[in-house]
Amino acid sequence: MRRSWWLWWASLAVYAFLYVPLAIVVLFSFNDSKLNAEWVGFTWTWYETLFRDDAMLGAARNSLFIAVTASIAATVLGTMAGIAMHRYKPRLLPFMVLTPVAMPEILLGVSLLVFFISVFGEQSLSLGTVIIAHITFCIGFVAIIVRARLAGMDESIFEAARDLGATPWQTFRLVTLPLIMPGVIAGTLMSFTLSIDDFVITFFTTGAGVSTLPLQIYTMIKVAVTPEVNAVSTLLMALTLTLIVIASRLAPDALRGQG
Amino acid sequence: MALLEIRRVTRRFGALTAVDEVSLTIEAGEFFTLLGPSGCGKTTLLRMIAGFDLPDSGAIFLDGRDLVGTPPEKRPIHTVFQSYALFPHMTVSQNIAFPLKMAGKSLDEIQTKVKEALGQVHLEDKGGHLPHELSGGQKQRVALARSLVNRPRVLLLDEPLGALDAKLREEMQIELISLQRDVGVTFVFVTHAQSEALALSHRIAVMNEGRVIQLDEPSRIYGYPLNRFVADFIGKCNILEADVVEASPSGVTLQVKGLGKVTAPPREGAKAGERGVLALRPEQVRIGAPDSPHDLKNHFTGRVHDLLYIGDVTTYIVELPNGTRIEALLPNSAPGRATFFEAGDAVRVAWRHDAGNFLRD
Amino acid sequence: MRCASHGATMPGIFCVTRLGPETVTRWLVTGPPFLFLLVFFALPSLIMVVASFRYPGEFGGLAPLVAVRPGEDAGLTAENYGIFFGDWIYFQILLKSFGIALLTTLACLVMAYPLALLIARSPRRHRDFMVLLVVLPFASNFLVRVYAWMIILGDQSIFLRPFNYVLAHAGVEPLSLLFSRFAVIVGMVYVHLPFMILPLYTNLEKHDPVLLDAAQDLGANAWSRFWRVTFPLSLPGVFSGAALVFIPVLGMFAIPEILGGKDDWMVGNMIKEAFLGTRDWPFGSMLSIMLTLAVLAVAAAAAWLAKKGAARA
Repeated sequence: MRRSWWLWWASLAVYAFLYVPLAIVVLFSFNDSKLNAEWVGFTWTWYETLFRDDAMLGAARNSLFIAVTASIAATVLGTMAGIAMHRYKPRLLPFMVLTPVAMPEILLGVSLLVFFISVFGEQSLSLGTVIIAHITFCIGFVAIIVRARLAGMDESIFEAARDLGATPWQTFRLVTLPLIMPGVIAGTLMSFTLSIDDFVITFFTTGAGVSTLPLQIYTMIKVAVTPEVNAVSTLLMALTLTLIVIASRLAPDALRGQG
Repeated sequence: MALLEIRRVTRRFGALTAVDEVSLTIEAGEFFTLLGPSGCGKTTLLRMIAGFDLPDSGAIFLDGRDLVGTPPEKRPIHTVFQSYALFPHMTVSQNIAFPLKMAGKSLDEIQTKVKEALGQVHLEDKGGHLPHELSGGQKQRVALARSLVNRPRVLLLDEPLGALDAKLREEMQIELISLQRDVGVTFVFVTHAQSEALALSHRIAVMNEGRVIQLDEPSRIYGYPLNRFVADFIGKCNILEADVVEASPSGVTLQVKGLGKVTAPPREGAKAGERGVLALRPEQVRIGAPDSPHDLKNHFTGRVHDLLYIGDVTTYIVELPNGTRIEALLPNSAPGRATFFEAGDAVRVAWRHDAGNFLRD
Repeated sequence: MRCASHGATMPGIFCVTRLGPETVTRWLVTGPPFLFLLVFFALPSLIMVVASFRYPGEFGGLAPLVAVRPGEDAGLTAENYGIFFGDWIYFQILLKSFGIALLTTLACLVMAYPLALLIARSPRRHRDFMVLLVVLPFASNFLVRVYAWMIILGDQSIFLRPFNYVLAHAGVEPLSLLFSRFAVIVGMVYVHLPFMILPLYTNLEKHDPVLLDAAQDLGANAWSRFWRVTFPLSLPGVFSGAALVFIPVLGMFAIPEILGGKDDWMVGNMIKEAFLGTRDWPFGSMLSIMLTLAVLAVAAAAAWLAKKGAARA
């Protein structure tokens, strides 16, 4: 393979561009200064403040609950969608599954806002509405991963199972499910990550008393910036980083197949 | 009563008729082959027997019972797929045990039968392996073992040897013949490789464009092809345009284009003036020096235009004065000697008065 | 409609009567996700389209479709669209959004290409890891990524001090990068860069290296090889990546709000303001429809260009 030096340098610069800003955030979370300006000294203060911040903890609880619920529901529905799209090649379903993923998030957020309030009334925005919103855009991700996994498999395996005496349900349970399981799990992890990190859609579909971590971060950024934001960001990054690494082990092609 | 009866089965895909009013019967214990070029409908027919597709009209009977409405998992018919379709997440033993599990057999019986099956395909020590650890030939044998382990009434094989290299293919052909004989299961084999069909089958159904053209034993298909398509498809054949000059119960006299008068075996219904082809197998054409003695009725002189040396035989392409070319096959019986004739040599080609066949299209 | 597990296209009626269990399974599998998305995606979209033709409610939200009290606005109207097409400023903001999206896309393309090329040409065992490295920053919360640039570009920032020091000595005003168009673009690029790298890399990975050898053999230098062989072949990937960047950027509001100034408002900001600020929902709905149309136009253009590019390759 040809390797030209400038390609190396340009790439390194891009990698640096990607990572240095995040490194700064992490670094300053340990900075003994209220201003994110220069390094003064090492401290755990901001993490301590974080764990005493009730609003933040409440938001964290909400985020986790929403993420767990939404990712499980999205996995079930998304797996069904992925299998359906692969096997039956329906005309409408792919459009409905993939558009929420492709469209700018604000459109989904705003349309759900109008929908919930028009149909269910002024006070209907709550944890439930956020979960529903998250499920809507996560289904697409799971479906893409599951479909990609199915596409890479020899079709005749499923026929062989039935040929040898397995009913359609037995075929699904003993052959299909074990084979798509890595993709399904990767999809769950991706949904969880997307849900925890989501800002725009949550912003529009959340009720008055419901806050999530990204919303908290947003408020803090706009109102009063302290390195507590850095601390919570660092922790959040650590969590989603782990999840993405695990997901990438289970479905390496899924990450490339996105888009 | 025949084991498997296919009665006027038709299958259409839009404007295309893949299988056109096909009727045939398959006897218990025979090695039956559906042979034809791609797109002739043989695989479609196979899938309908297996239950993965339904005929538009006609019926398929197994042991006298109509199979319509019976889903694949309930049919005592198993398939060996072209890609083997081994379950990648199960070991070889688990793959082979699968149909037994589906049939609800006891664990003991499953264990015994799997061991027996592994032995039959000479894979005794590969039970714990996963499919991706096996070679193509080994996967092939696992697929066979898996489909045969619970003795189906019919085994369908969809071009199973297609992915193997030539030498392995030949070995597997021999194994298939002995396996079928030992186990006694009826095989329905699909292939486009005519030599394979000739080697393996008790009977062959030659198909083209959705129809069965000729159904017979291999030797009769080879020796007495029904029409031009079969003659051309099976083995090598010289096909020469010919008109009937005279027809009688003892033979036909043909005026072969570019050649002259040729005698051929009698052909039912042949009439003077009828147009068709003379189908002549290269091994029926004797080639010799122009003045060498012979007693063959049909003889012509020409020049060797080209030759193909394949080791055990050489095919000579002889060009006759008016441009017609005839292929003649000559075994190289003298070891170390490459050819008997060189390109450009003058030669005489001749064949018996009852060699060849007059065929219509 | 298909029935048997492979291939056959049969009229619907035959399907139901001849392969009963197969059809039931199909509805069982397709049904739930379809229904869910019908209710929570298709229906809301429809409601929005209708909402764009309604009057704003007295206290915000939507006015009723049928007048309840006399003198109240009710029913359908095209006045929202009238406002949009009537006042130049809205179109300006739409144009500005397109401009920012275009700039972001180009910047992403220039930055993504070398990296995608490097990954595609690296030995197989390194590639997955390098792709992972690209995806990992994506793991961080989007707001965090924006926040990072607040730190870097802020007036107090230690990173700008050297620049400003030099500038001050040269007699030029110190750079105030935050709350500017520049900051918005940097933020947009930073957040969307992985979306350009991945499709580009997926495409470049499939290029046959033999083509470059052939080009070199026929006398092409490094630049020619890139411009005449690699780049044209990569166009489908370029357009995929461009669509993946352009479309989300078009709808962004958080980045302009956090990193930009009053002057940098995009369509997204207007929509947010309409729904949560002035509570003029019909107007917001109308803007959303306009944004949707813009996105559809871009997606169609990208698909068309991608097909053309692929046809040439």
